[in-house]
Amino acid sequence: MNKTPFSLETVPCSVSPLSFDPDKCVGCNACVEACQIDVLVPAGAVKSTPFAAWPGECWYCGACVMECPVSGAVTLRHPLMNQARFVEAESVIKRV
Amino acid sequence: MQWPYQDERHVLAEETCDVLVLGGGLAGCHAAIAAAEQGKSVILLEKGAARRSGAAGTGFDHWEMACKNPGCLVTPEEMTMALYQEQGGYSNAIGHMIETSEGWDRLQDIEKWGGKIRDTKGEFAGAPFRDDKTGLMYAYDYTNRYTLRVWGTTFKPAMTGRMKALGVRLYDRTEARTLLTCGVNGRTAACGCIGVNTRTARVTVFRARAVVLAMSRPARVWLFNADTPGLCEFRPFQSVGTGHAMGWRAGMAFTMMEKSVRGEFSAAGRSFPPYGTGNNHNTWYAASMVDARGCPLPYVDRDGRELTTVDERYRPAPGQKFFLKGGVIDEPRYEWRGPETLPFDELIRRGYRLPFYADLTSMPDEERRVIWGMMVGQEAKTRVPIYQNYTERGFDPKKHLLQSYGNGWQSAAFLDQERQLFGAPGGTMHDWNLETNILNAFVAGDMLFASDCAGHACATGHWAGRHAAWAANEADLLPADRDAVEAERRSILAPLENRDGLDWREVNAAVSKAMQNYCGGVKNDDLLLQGLQLIRSFRTDALGQIACRNPHELTRAHEVGDILDVSELILEACLARRCSCSALSFERSDSDETRRDAERAFLTVKKSDGKVVTGRAPLDYSGDVTTGYERHKEGLIRE
Ligand SMILES: Cc1cc2nc3c(=O)[nH]c(=O)nc-3n(C[C@H](O)[C@H](O)[C@H](O)COP(=O)(O)OP(=O)(O)OC[C@H]3O[C@@H](n4cnc5c(N)ncnc54)[C@H](O)[C@@H]3O)c2cc1C
Ligand code: SF4
Ligand code: SF4
Repeated sequence: MNKTPFSLETVPCSVSPLSFDPDKCVGCNACVEACQIDVLVPAGAVKSTPFAAWPGECWYCGACVMECPVSGAVTLRHPLMNQARFVEAESVIKRV
Repeated sequence: MQWPYQDERHVLAEETCDVLVLGGGLAGCHAAIAAAEQGKSVILLEKGAARRSGAAGTGFDHWEMACKNPGCLVTPEEMTMALYQEQGGYSNAIGHMIETSEGWDRLQDIEKWGGKIRDTKGEFAGAPFRDDKTGLMYAYDYTNRYTLRVWGTTFKPAMTGRMKALGVRLYDRTEARTLLTCGVNGRTAACGCIGVNTRTARVTVFRARAVVLAMSRPARVWLFNADTPGLCEFRPFQSVGTGHAMGWRAGMAFTMMEKSVRGEFSAAGRSFPPYGTGNNHNTWYAASMVDARGCPLPYVDRDGRELTTVDERYRPAPGQKFFLKGGVIDEPRYEWRGPETLPFDELIRRGYRLPFYADLTSMPDEERRVIWGMMVGQEAKTRVPIYQNYTERGFDPKKHLLQSYGNGWQSAAFLDQERQLFGAPGGTMHDWNLETNILNAFVAGDMLFASDCAGHACATGHWAGRHAAWAANEADLLPADRDAVEAERRSILAPLENRDGLDWREVNAAVSKAMQNYCGGVKNDDLLLQGLQLIRSFRTDALGQIACRNPHELTRAHEVGDILDVSELILEACLARRCSCSALSFERSDSDETRRDAERAFLTVKKSDGKVVTGRAPLDYSGDVTTGYERHKEGLIRE
């Protein structure tokens, strides 16, 4: 059996769906434990906050944010190409 | 960097139980709970973490076809037969009868465990979709009231709490890898499963008297994007149809796997996040829509009669008993066709101008609030990335129009070869016990053929768990073959031996391209056979080359192996059907029309001694659904 120790290699992609605010995050790892894809590396292992080692695998469910006890500690953002457009109704609809 | 978890690849552990459940989504959790309530010792393996895992981990907003809820005017039998006939018979009458008969029981259970199923605070008091006596909230057909609006974000935590209370042994981060079987009286019987920890690579042999498979359906077969693979499919990225793959390897029979549809959902490429663009389906039913000039898009009933009020969008047409809408319904036949805006092409012909928008600003207040705030908010993947993020970007449903793309709900038009197992795709063949051709192996949820939806997953999960518990009463705890287990363990861990080799993405991308080329919109024998050859060559030449540096990558490598198995299963199912079949979206350029009548049936495929064996079951093999349901609901009756 191969004895080379496991290593953690971050696999970057073209987007960064997740960001962590080190001033707000308390390092409880609730977000890490919520993610069914295991996209996140726990706080304390490499940085003081969790981080996304496999950001390309995120399916944008928001469970990490929903389980976080501190509002704003973790933020989820869809890629720019996925930001749907909305406009003021007044600019389109001419009401009489 | 240092791996943050332990290295346990040297460990081979063993655990035993009465009922082993594979997959901890809605169906798996319900199976585990039902078996534990029957007094059985239960282990559940979940690859992610059951509290928020599965398609509905972050919620869902519609509980469909709960025909025994106090407001419903449609009986379970009527609804089951409507769903069956609506799909031309290529539908799962057994699954639908369980769903329509027991969905309301399951909802009441979930409420007892802490899930929210009614408007307890009176937020929507007086609204036409709310029953003011019970606080239940209805969707779609407000007259017939078969589908409920629910607070699905609360459901998975409630279920995991219940499992804990019942003493279910939950193994999160454990990938079910290999179904263990042995011979019992000349039949193949399930006796457990090998599991792998996705963080430590510990291998555990789980032995059980009965097994429930609830690992949803295949994905990443035709659609794959190596940069953002998590965006390319509708269902959770790690959920790729391992249940189908392990079943196929073990000789389980499948049906309707030749059915695939032109892609409908993704959030990659041309698509946008589901429920995040202007549309009037599902979560957004029946939002007002306007064109680029602000002209409302007309809603019409099944007879083309223009509807003048918002309320009429939620009512059957004159002379119609009820209409059908929901997850398994695409374009219903006249009998059950509900209110809808004019077809896209007709709107363009009449001069309506793109882009279209969803316009909640002009809707009655309670309809606006229930779409934006309840439904968008409780639906899966909407609470944070849609409701919260759009609100932060300044979206106000009283002020803004949300743009629609492509043909609306799907937000993009896919090519014919960009296919998906979607709607009500194929899956495992089963009987009234939800037992498969493998003795003591039961199935539930989206793993069943022609199945979809949350309420269906909970109801069939509970049924499968009950029946597995009764099967466990009659089954022995069989030993696993030591040599076979050791060989399997070596093969499971083998990719960790390769430190230089292929990235799993390269192989997944190759499979997807092969399936687009050889199993696209129009099929024929030559293409299918060449596709099969190519898929098999990937297994022999490429799969063993995948290199992994840690257990996370090992899990991804296993998934690619499963996607290869599933592709083989799909190609074999396509080869087995010789004649085109529109009900299955199955088109051949070499269609053998002489087989049309003979093939109006469920064709099955399974592997036996390395060979593919085909079979056939009549479309009405369930028999009379009332008789079948009554006969099987209280016990395990093997015909
Ligand atoms: C965005 C979205 C919105 C939806 N909205 C609705 C709705 O409003 N109403 C409705 O009725 N339906 C809805 N659905 C469909 C519904 O969520 C599914 O039909 C239902 O969740 C299926 O349940 P399941 O238990 O079969 O599968 P899932 O709930 O997906 O569970 C499968 C589980 O198996 C696990 N698993 C997979 N492979 C393995 C393995 N090898 N080992 C261990 N575990 C494994 C997965 O991690 C997952 O947790 C929606 C689906 C999506 C994606
Ligand atoms: S959004 Fe979902 S998939 Fe992405 S990191 Fe958070 S929990 Fe995981
Ligand atoms: S859940 Fe929130 S506070 Fe806890 S580690 Fe994650 S981001 Fe930090």
